[in-house]
Amino acid sequence: MLVNVKLYASFRTDRFAMESRHYPSETTIRDVVHELSLQEDELGTILVNTRRAGLHAHLADGDTLALFPVLSGG
Amino acid sequence: MKEIVQQYLQENAIGDLVSWKCQLEASHRFSLPLAKTEELILEARLLPARYQRNRNTFSIEQQCKLFHSCVAVIGCGGLGGHIIESLARLGVGKIVAVDPDIFEEHNLNRQSLSSIDFLGWSKVALAATRIADINPATTLMPIKARFTAENGNELLQNADLAADALDSVTSRLELAEICAERKIPLVHGAIAGWFGQVLTQYPGEKALQRLYENRSQSIGAEQKLGNPAFTPAVIAGIEVAEICKVLLGTGQTRSGTMISINLQDMEMEKIEI
Repeated sequence: MLVNVKLYASFRTDRFAMESRHYPSETTIRDVVHELSLQEDELGTILVNTRRAGLHAHLADGDTLALFPVLSGG
Repeated sequence: MKEIVQQYLQENAIGDLVSWKCQLEASHRFSLPLAKTEELILEARLLPARYQRNRNTFSIEQQCKLFHSCVAVIGCGGLGGHIIESLARLGVGKIVAVDPDIFEEHNLNRQSLSSIDFLGWSKVALAATRIADINPATTLMPIKARFTAENGNELLQNADLAADALDSVTSRLELAEICAERKIPLVHGAIAGWFGQVLTQYPGEKALQRLYENRSQSIGAEQKLGNPAFTPAVIAGIEVAEICKVLLGTGQTRSGTMISINLQDMEMEKIEI
């Protein structure tokens, strides 16, 4: 299946801003996060098709996954 | 007494503008605090001349509403310094500034209240000095303390709104809870490197709690990226615009919607939280 993956802020560094990527069916968001070598403890908001989602959620063909890092500086 | 002062102000105004010199003279002549003189100027539908470039963005009634507002700024570092200074320039009447820290050398790259001569000084004490230099009609209450769930209610007791200029997820969640308890709006901002975010939350909303849900142990991107000079200035500026709109009940604040800003790629995105 094809998933549009959008990365935000520092997650783009040495990766990409947006890519359509192939994944096997039953892929979860956590699988994508690991595949992209993102740290779970740096992960903030996760959106699938603009709706909030958890790491355990399964992705479907055509989904758009957006991953934001936690920002907490002041 | 009020009528006599206002007559004096009317007679010495240029058009409807009261110069700073005239405001000072009126305060001395009638033994009034500068804040009281400012109130009388605005209530007489005159405008302190310092606000003449606010005109047509804000009416005199709105300027008066800002003067009668109290904003608690929680954190006086990168975001907080810019927020406090802007609120005073804007004409907000009361600011409660809360921060436990002193200025250190690593603050100099971005924190507008810091300077070489005052390294080691309390951030809130310097906030008070700065505001006294910029706009003595604004009353700043400096509180050298860390915001916690325990003291939060007391720190926010006079505030119409709280500005989040903190630097940790845990403190932000505590602030959101106290604001909910006190039924006051909260304007959140956070930064890391080239990136920042702003969210306005009214009582009864839980967007900030959802944003940082299960993230108390998270490592914010700022731990790796630091914070350069421009990001707090941009995010604080947007926070102040939000504060202004909430205080005046004007414009759109987009409940439950966070603005995510990427200055590196010049992108701004609205995210439903």
